[in-house]
Amino acid sequence: MTDLVRQIIREHGRLAVDVDALGDEADLYEAGMTSHASVNLMLALEGAFDIEFPDSMLRRNVFESVSSISDALHSLGVPA
Amino acid sequence: MMTVGSPTTFLADVRRIAVEIAGPNAGDVDREARFPVETVEALKAVGALGALVPAELGGPGLPFEVVAEAAFELGRACAASGMVFAMHQIQVATISRHVVPGSFFAGYLNDLVGAPRLIASVTSEIGTGGDLGRSIAAVTTDDDGGLRFEKQAPTVSYGAYADDLLTTLRRSPDAEPGDQVIVLTSRDQTTLEPMGAWDPLGMRGTCSPGFTVRATLRPEQVLETPFPTVATESMVPVTHLLWSHVWLGIATEAFDRARAFVRGQARQRPGETPPTALRLSRLMGSLALLRAEIRSELAGFVEASASPDRAELSTMARILRLNNLKISASEQTPQICLAALEICGIAGYRNDSPYAIGRLLRDALSGPLMVANERIHQTNAGLLLVAKDV
Repeated sequence: MTDLVRQIIREHGRLAVDVDALGDEADLYEAGMTSHASVNLMLALEGAFDIEFPDSMLRRNVFESVSSISDALHSLGVPA
Repeated sequence: MMTVGSPTTFLADVRRIAVEIAGPNAGDVDREARFPVETVEALKAVGALGALVPAELGGPGLPFEVVAEAAFELGRACAASGMVFAMHQIQVATISRHVVPGSFFAGYLNDLVGAPRLIASVTSEIGTGGDLGRSIAAVTTDDDGGLRFEKQAPTVSYGAYADDLLTTLRRSPDAEPGDQVIVLTSRDQTTLEPMGAWDPLGMRGTCSPGFTVRATLRPEQVLETPFPTVATESMVPVTHLLWSHVWLGIATEAFDRARAFVRGQARQRPGETPPTALRLSRLMGSLALLRAEIRSELAGFVEASASPDRAELSTMARILRLNNLKISASEQTPQICLAALEICGIAGYRNDSPYAIGRLLRDALSGPLMVANERIHQTNAGLLLVAKDV
């Protein structure tokens, strides 16, 4: 799952650096992800994993790192 | 120097200042585009500038709703005075809600209670397209460990009259545009170089020209909490709510002038309901909607702020609703002024009449431009692609 998350971040996160240069805990916003890019990232994740993030999860800190995104997907039943 | 007492005495003080000082000076403040110095001095004298400082930092810790009510009262008498008051309280709320005990900011807030200081903000920046969440100017560290910055700000409200400035900046020269911090500098650490004169359509007393802002500061003057968190949980919601209360003040004053005009017509012909009374009845509906919308978002914000991690404030649904409040309140207020003008007719159009609507309408027209509604619509359009229960 983490590989696919990283691939989606690479395509939609618009980071200033390559996502593979970042650790799982690195802050994606500090790496240049804008609010606009994060919305596209959320949409792409919903499409790729066939899930819907509930409103309680649509918060900045849920999408701030590879690891926080993986945790969120995991809690929605996406297998690791 | 007094400190604020209970919410009741605070509101009584502010109402008195609004009626006796801000209102009588509003015409002159508007004509001369001058800072409402007598109103701000009176607010300082009753301790109103420290009203939001929490009790644990030695302040009165008045509820946010009470300060919002005060912004409404001042906005009704003089919108520029109300806006200066609102903007100062936005800075105090922003610091108070993220202060770390024992920090520079905790000491600053404690000092603010006994010796009031007016805080302005430097959040706008040339080249960012009005996006609060991006900065170009950065905090630079000198060899001796001191910090400094230089920022080109297209509008700094009452910058020349403020005792301190709260400025958004990139964390360091190599930080991304969205990696921001907020810093507080005092007057003697800061120089303001004006970019031009100040002769706008309305809100003339806010004295908001552009400045090149340069300052030196110490590392502890950088707020510990990263700006994106500060913006989402405090600065943006508090701004939208307090601005809306000032606009509600303008709309209420416009309605009241229209009501006084209709009553005067009715007195001239007892027994007949003047045609303008029907228009007034419709206008009352618009005003009630505006008021209800603002009160509803205020209550939601206060409730969400009471939870320990304020998690609900950073949900998309809440961000969308607060953005929507800003858009609709700022659009409805000039519409209410226009409807009041139609009721008052030429008496409303004249500046030398007790029913004059001109200043109210001009002041209200600033609302949609202060953080442009078009930009907020763009943000909401994006959020609506993923948000569900809004």
